[in-house]
Amino acid sequence: MAPKLPPQPSLQHSTTAVADGQSHGHAAPPKGILRWLLTTNHKEIGSLYLIFSLTMFFIGGIFALVVRAELFQPGLQLIEPEFFNQMTTMHGLIMVFAAVMPAFTGLANWMIPLQIGAPDMALPRLNNFSFWLLPVSFTLLLSTLLMPGGGPNFGWTFYAPLSTNFAPPSTTFFILALHIAGISSILGAINIIATILNMRAPGMRLMDMPLFVWTWLITAFLLIAVMPVLAGVITMMLMDINFGTSFFDAAGGGDPVLFQHLFWFFGHPEVYIMILPAFGIVSAIIPTFARKPLFGYASMVYATAAIALLSFLVWAHHMFIVGLPLVAELFFMYSTMLIAVPTGVKVFNWVTTLFRGSISFESPMLFALAFVVLFTIGGFSGLMLAIAPADFQYHDTYFVVAHFHYVLVPGAIFAIMAGVYYWLPKWTGHYPNEKLAQWHFWFSIIGVNLTFFPMHFAGLAGMPRRIPDYALQFADFNLLSSVGAFFFGASQLLFVLGVILCVRGGKKAPAKAWEGAEDLEWTVPSPAPLHTFETPPVFHRTSH
Amino acid sequence: MDDQEQAKVGVRRTVIRTVAVLVGMFGFAFALVPLYDVFCQITGLNGKVDATAQSIVHEEVDESRYINVQFITRGSPGLPWQMSVEMRQMSVHPGQMAEVDFTFTNNSHSESWGRAVPSVSPSTATTHLRKISCFCFQEQQLQGNERLTIPLVFQLSRDLPDDINTITLVYTLYPVEHAIQNAALNNTLKSSANSDFENDLKNNLSNELKNNKAAGEAI
Repeated sequence: MAPKLPPQPSLQHSTTAVADGQSHGHAAPPKGILRWLLTTNHKEIGSLYLIFSLTMFFIGGIFALVVRAELFQPGLQLIEPEFFNQMTTMHGLIMVFAAVMPAFTGLANWMIPLQIGAPDMALPRLNNFSFWLLPVSFTLLLSTLLMPGGGPNFGWTFYAPLSTNFAPPSTTFFILALHIAGISSILGAINIIATILNMRAPGMRLMDMPLFVWTWLITAFLLIAVMPVLAGVITMMLMDINFGTSFFDAAGGGDPVLFQHLFWFFGHPEVYIMILPAFGIVSAIIPTFARKPLFGYASMVYATAAIALLSFLVWAHHMFIVGLPLVAELFFMYSTMLIAVPTGVKVFNWVTTLFRGSISFESPMLFALAFVVLFTIGGFSGLMLAIAPADFQYHDTYFVVAHFHYVLVPGAIFAIMAGVYYWLPKWTGHYPNEKLAQWHFWFSIIGVNLTFFPMHFAGLAGMPRRIPDYALQFADFNLLSSVGAFFFGASQLLFVLGVILCVRGGKKAPAKAWEGAEDLEWTVPSPAPLHTFETPPVFHRTSH
Repeated sequence: MDDQEQAKVGVRRTVIRTVAVLVGMFGFAFALVPLYDVFCQITGLNGKVDATAQSIVHEEVDESRYINVQFITRGSPGLPWQMSVEMRQMSVHPGQMAEVDFTFTNNSHSESWGRAVPSVSPSTATTHLRKISCFCFQEQQLQGNERLTIPLVFQLSRDLPDDINTITLVYTLYPVEHAIQNAALNNTLKSSANSDFENDLKNNLSNELKNNKAAGEAI
């Protein structure tokens, strides 16, 4: 493998600020907690994001296990239905807004400057601010569980009037928490766009960027476009609850269906916000371990952009049963199915990249391959749901739950884990323990399928979601799901163990930690010093 | 450093543009509310009918078709009224004028205000339904234990799509928290100069209202 880049003369400057304070012209960084509170370094902020996300992943996971424990057998045994509702809602909110989204932002913080040859993010202080908003937001959100009347109990989609007229008093706190989290995402997105558009290494055109950078650029545009809509919707809720307006209240001339339109106008692009960066990670890992350049780079970029554009035209497929006119049902059905085309292009490209590659199966590759297979399963159940007449049966059943967990758990989360295993050598200077990572992978993939595959059948047979009890005929499927969920949950401790061991030691990793890795981040030493690319690298184009 | 200057200017430009998009999208979310209303009014998609009386159109009655018109009435927590309709369904020809009596009963001993909000299903029929006279055009006031019968006069237009054989009109009663009530409350409290006390009382009252709501929900 010919190296993509000549050795970087600039790298000798890339020592840590502590060791080389003079050349950076700032004082030694504060120690202890203040170092983390005040840091403006993209690598440190990236680590903070990732640690926060992992913590929240476990908190959201515990909520899911409470739900699964209750559903282990029919009847009500462990928790009250009211608390069950809070658990399903909080599980969804935490996983979406506090686990998956910050994890991707963390990866973006760490890797985008390294991949485009920038010394840091464009707006480092804003970066610090947008991270520290998150702990505030989710402490507030979690504290609602302790308030009189309990936390949010209306599902993560918080449909009005359930979330306005009939909501617990803590809903105002929920709105505030979501506002803060939204501001954090928006600021993060502005920062990422500004970094990518203005700070690329000289000579790097947009079409030279690694796909992780491309997918994040498009994701950031989606965030800029739809997070304000979410902010608008929750502001309207706030006014309906506290100031006597009736945006969503039929009594005052409002319309509850309007809430669903507005929410899903945000919500559908939101689900692509959670999957596009995953596409980018997988598009980096598969070529590395297949030791072949990615097949169809340009088509990957265009497919990502096409998915992002189409995501604005499909929102009402979440609302097929609200009484849409036939024309609308047809429009949203066909536009939804159209998304399968660019997504199919992507899957085709990954498979073609593998074709005749010399593949090795290290842990990042295993997770990436599992992503391709299982995400495709989730995509196909999505196509089934897109069929409007069929959706009348599937709507609000466990089939939907199975669908979106297949695209989010072995989709988004497997991609995040693949990315972590892939980049850990760069972050820590050590390879993760491969044996442990392989165990983690096989336990995870068995756990995921055991948990979510039976839900397809329970859903097709008519089991409704978000209900703490169910009819006897669903008992076996639910037992399997619950066993799988606890198995999956417990096996994630292996992941934490692997990361901790990798931070503390392990096999030393060279600058180019993986034989087939090509992008700019592999030209800086492992572990990456605190400051990199202070002098921009010279970018040499390889044909994609 | 020329490059650094350039990057700085570029970052500023990007930030200004993205913030402009942000503000625009936030405004767009609010603009969607009236836009949605207008869109629905033109297309009738949300089943909301015109809240003003329309005049009869004298057109030939299409006796080849019978349309089944169903009436559903619903109360809501917080308003102690009952609403009933003289018949659950009727058959009409398109173009024919029809009349049906609705009865409102106030089951409590005190005066209250309410409003019936209509909804039409299927929504595609909305624009083909003409209401000549309807109680839903205005709020109703009922004295304690009063009973009031008001007719609904309507006509289906002849161009009603062929695939529609049944139309359902749903009326949901909602309480109207009328300004007069607050004014009355203020009058009774006028003597008390202690505005804290007044606020407390108001809060209690509104809490009570909410509790009633919750109680109604539980039942």
